[in-house]
Amino acid sequence: MPKVKIPPVLRAQTNGESLVEVGGADVGAVLKGLADAHPDVSRQLFDEGGDLNRYVNVYLNDEDVRLLDGLDTSVNDSDTVVILPAMAGGS
Amino acid sequence: MTPPETKTRASGADLIAQAKASVDEVQPTEAAAELDAGDVTLVDVREQHEFEERHIEGAVHVPRGHLESRIEQFVPDRSKRVVLYCASGNRSALAAKTLDELGYEDVASMAGGITLWRDRGLPVVTPRSLTQEQKERYSRHILVPEIGLEGQLKLLDSKVLLLGAGGLGSPTALYLAAAGVGTLGLVDDDVVDASNLQRQVIHNTERIGMPKTESARKAIEALNPDVKVLEHNGRLNSENVIDLISEYDVIVDGADNFPTRYLLNDASVRLKKPVVSASILSFDGQISTFVPFEGPCYRCLYPTPPPPELAPSCGAAGVLGVLPGIMGMLQALEVFKLVTGAGTPLVGRLLLFEALGTEFTELKVRRDPDCPICGPNAPEVADEDLGKFPDYDAFCAG
Repeated sequence: MPKVKIPPVLRAQTNGESLVEVGGADVGAVLKGLADAHPDVSRQLFDEGGDLNRYVNVYLNDEDVRLLDGLDTSVNDSDTVVILPAMAGGS
Repeated sequence: MTPPETKTRASGADLIAQAKASVDEVQPTEAAAELDAGDVTLVDVREQHEFEERHIEGAVHVPRGHLESRIEQFVPDRSKRVVLYCASGNRSALAAKTLDELGYEDVASMAGGITLWRDRGLPVVTPRSLTQEQKERYSRHILVPEIGLEGQLKLLDSKVLLLGAGGLGSPTALYLAAAGVGTLGLVDDDVVDASNLQRQVIHNTERIGMPKTESARKAIEALNPDVKVLEHNGRLNSENVIDLISEYDVIVDGADNFPTRYLLNDASVRLKKPVVSASILSFDGQISTFVPFEGPCYRCLYPTPPPPELAPSCGAAGVLGVLPGIMGMLQALEVFKLVTGAGTPLVGRLLLFEALGTEFTELKVRRDPDCPICGPNAPEVADEDLGKFPDYDAFCAG
């Protein structure tokens, strides 16, 4: 199954897991699967229309899915989906 | 019984006079003409420090004390033309005699040395060099071919501004100072607190309560007197950002809030200043290098900030002390590469570090064709508007 890397700010919603395996044929299905398993994640990933929030970057392996086919980008079992939020901590 | 050998008692001046009488001498103008025509090896026989101070361009350096052992490296063919010079023409005459004894067939000493050469208005090069103390201090840099003397001089000439003298800024500042970055600017409006010391290694227990810029300056000055520290005890804001960053070659962003990060990005793109940007939270770090118009900018990567609940600070969420150490040193490494030109900086690459698994992940970051700051359709900023910025607090709260 594809793996999803969970950033620190979302780990409270995934029982502390930093890497979650979620089935799905495309990026949208994988993220939906994650949101179904951990409902609190959904609100932070998607806006009311079901699109990715602009402040959340999603990568398939090392490439931004916005430069691929977005949520429709197909995903293989060996792929890793990275959820990447901006962080500002420096001190 | 043979009588004891009687030693000749010639003075040094006699020996020099004899040498001068027995070797060919050329005038500086003649030597210059030979050098122009080529097919001559000009040898500077003075000491290292004299050569470093100034010498004739194109000369090879073989100190007189090393002449016998080294001249063959430079002039293996003893039939070739060799012209020697020193400061005034004495040492080079003695050296010419030595070469004659070694079987060199076409040797001359330049009359009057480099002193007369300069009096005749002929050009010399005055290469920049390091003091003896600096040579010793930076010897392990100089030994590395990718850095060498040239790279070390670039570091000494460089001016780097650090935003934040905290978790990230502490290791970055210490390593850049140790490396001999000539000018380090520090921006921070905070004072040292006991809770900082678990990770902010540039400060110490004695300096609790002291402004962080001052505390950091003391640590840097104790580490390396070559570094000039400029304290900017305050916050970066839209009034001071342009003046502040225009004085520096590279900006290191270790700020702890989004408004500052967006403000710095927008200003650095306007002034085309590279920014090394890192951030940390609990066990996770991110770092990238933004070189305006060569690669993406911070806004290409993060067009809008996350809502506050998704952007906790280290103060609220905690951070492993060693994490800013690792990320701060990666920042110092990026600065080193930008300044010296060695290696490949993280331009267009975002490096993630997860400390518990000790995992690095690299993501590609592209320039956003719709970027409102560095994209092809970004509005031009007129010179008189260079210091005008939107309200970042409102933007980041939105």
